Amino acid sequence: MKIAVCVKHVPEGTTHARIDPQTKRLDRSGEGAINAFDTHAVEEALKLKEADGGEVLIVSMGPQSAQDSVRKALAMGADSALLISDEGAAGSDLVATTTALAAALEGEEADLVLFGQQSSDSDGAVLWAAVADRLRRPVISQVAELAVSGGKVTGKRQTEFGYDTIEAPLPAVVAVSDAINEPRYPSLKGIMGARSKPQRTVSLSELGIDSGAAGEGGSKTVVQGLNDPPPRGDTVKIEDDGSAAEKIVDYLAERKLV
Amino acid sequence: MATLVFLEHHQGELLKPSLGVLSKAAELDGDVAGVVLGSGVKEVASGAGAYGAGKVYVADRTELERPLPQPRVDALAKLFQEQDFDTVLFAASVLSADVAAGLSARLGAGLNWDLTDLVQENGNLVGKRPALGDSVYVDVGWSAEPRLALIRAGTFEPKQTDGEAEVEEFDVEFEDFSLQATMVEQAHAESEGPSIEDADVIVAGGRGLGSPDNFKLVEELAQALGGAVAATRAVVDAGWYPYATQVGQTGKTVSPKLYVACGISGAIQHKVGMQSAGTIVAINKDPNAPIFEFCDLGVVGDLHEIVPKLTELVRSRKR
Ligand SMILES: Cc1cc2nc3c(=O)[nH]c(=O)nc-3n(C[C@H](O)[C@H](O)[C@H](O)COP(=O)(O)OP(=O)(O)OC[C@H]3O[C@@H](n4cnc5c(N)ncnc54)[C@H](O)[C@@H]3O)c2cc1C
Ligand SMILES: Nc1ncnc2c1ncn2[C@@H]1O[C@H](COP(=O)(O)O)[C@@H](O)[C@H]1O
Repeated sequence: MKIAVCVKHVPEGTTHARIDPQTKRLDRSGEGAINAFDTHAVEEALKLKEADGGEVLIVSMGPQSAQDSVRKALAMGADSALLISDEGAAGSDLVATTTALAAALEGEEADLVLFGQQSSDSDGAVLWAAVADRLRRPVISQVAELAVSGGKVTGKRQTEFGYDTIEAPLPAVVAVSDAINEPRYPSLKGIMGARSKPQRTVSLSELGIDSGAAGEGGSKTVVQGLNDPPPRGDTVKIEDDGSAAEKIVDYLAERKLV
Repeated sequence: MATLVFLEHHQGELLKPSLGVLSKAAELDGDVAGVVLGSGVKEVASGAGAYGAGKVYVADRTELERPLPQPRVDALAKLFQEQDFDTVLFAASVLSADVAAGLSARLGAGLNWDLTDLVQENGNLVGKRPALGDSVYVDVGWSAEPRLALIRAGTFEPKQTDGEAEVEEFDVEFEDFSLQATMVEQAHAESEGPSIEDADVIVAGGRGLGSPDNFKLVEELAQALGGAVAATRAVVDAGWYPYATQVGQTGKTVSPKLYVACGISGAIQHKVGMQSAGTIVAINKDPNAPIFEFCDLGVVGDLHEIVPKLTELVRSRKR
């Protein structure tokens, strides 16, 4: 079985990510890391491979620095990687991003395409459904338990009303929740081996996407302005030096909460 | 504007978040219609008139009986061929997020998500979107029509009017791939278990507890404070704690006087269920955890050290 896993390179630490007031885009100049939610998708792919054999391909769209995240996934144990990287792709929204990802995935013919739960810098939790529509494949999202057998994938997922169990024939698209597994840490051997694994970088034109369909030009949503969040009461932040419990009790006592 | 609102329903009732979005749409300029997709839903659909829909489009098909997204994308795409809408609004849910994103791809239409308001500025529709853990409020728009938007759960309250809606059925052709995913089982949440909605004090545990056994740390603190225990989706989905105690988008919405979050990162989908708590105390070992952006007292440290001490101190105050 061939499994493709979509991973995103995101600015490290959500609270430090900032939008550049000039370009109105996410500031991607700082340190980046693999979207933590996507490591659960990588882990699930590796487990499936360990159980039934097959190969795991990492697919990502992002700047050249996204190589770091791709390599992290390879170090975890994935077999190869495909990075879509192109100046013209900067500023892509959902429509433009999924056009490119779907074009890349189309050529790979994976039996299963896995997504993470959400990207920590956009919190969309939507991408997979758009990709599935473009690939014309069934989709199951928010999956907390996954099983593949007999050419079918079964996923259990939580909704507002309880738990659904959904089944689909392969090839299929599945997005997993962060409760599905505990992602492994790359071993030293994995890290050393990652460099020599096959890694391709493709441009938009190599995927047959013309520049009008990518980046800001290919996007249908715009950022018009940035505002400060509404002011809220003062946050007190303390670091535990052994006395945190006392400080919490004092704080609660002052407010008559204890 | 010609706005279409996707009306989600469950067990024969239109859902409150959808009706809230419908009421909001009715306040904007232009015509507002609703769309109800399902099996045996004509009756349900007519109820939308009382929340501002002039017309409700209905596709009544067995293929639409189960709450799966892809056949709904087919239905909405079909409706688009027949009617002129420039805007489609969805109240965010597990189902509607997938429907909205699928429709975005099908129509090549821009989708903005997680909106907490919609306003008209100089004739243009602008969405308000808190982003990056709500640390910046972004004004988002669309460069072309149709415009699609997902509204954050719990944003708009339904407002009842004395209006009536005309119900119009339409026909759907389904794509083969849209019918490939099938519902094997729908297990409805057990309603038993402790009720957390009325608690004045809630102590909540997340994945930072490290193991299901460690929930006893949270339970003991809750007991000392005279409160209830809550959990995040991550630990509920992992089977550490019952679904009935989950707070957030797909769980309960609570507003206790005190909410103590132990080992919880503070994801948006958790925040929407507890942000109206009076005082929020967070204990987390990661100084960058998003929860520190919206708590009142943030404690950076190891919950395994802090929580037992805290429980002991609270107990000794009472003695
Ligand atoms: C459609 C949708 C609906 C969702 N609905 C909900 C919902 O209803 N409710 C909900 O909660 N989530 C929901 N989620 C999931 C949400 O996005 C997060 O994945 C989830 O809330 C994370 O749970 P957590 O905070 O327990 O785990 P994590 O995000 O893994 O956070 C664990 C935290 O514990 C800290 N930690 C670890 N060890 C320690 C220690 N020893 N001491 C102190 N701190 C420690 C870590 O620093 C980390 O910040 C939903 C997601 C989607 C996509
Ligand atoms: N640029 C990207 N490249 C590859 N995969 C992505 C990218 N952006 C998002 N994804 C995948 O889509 C999932 C959902 O992202 P989102 O809808 O942005 O929250 C993530 O968890 C990733 O698996």
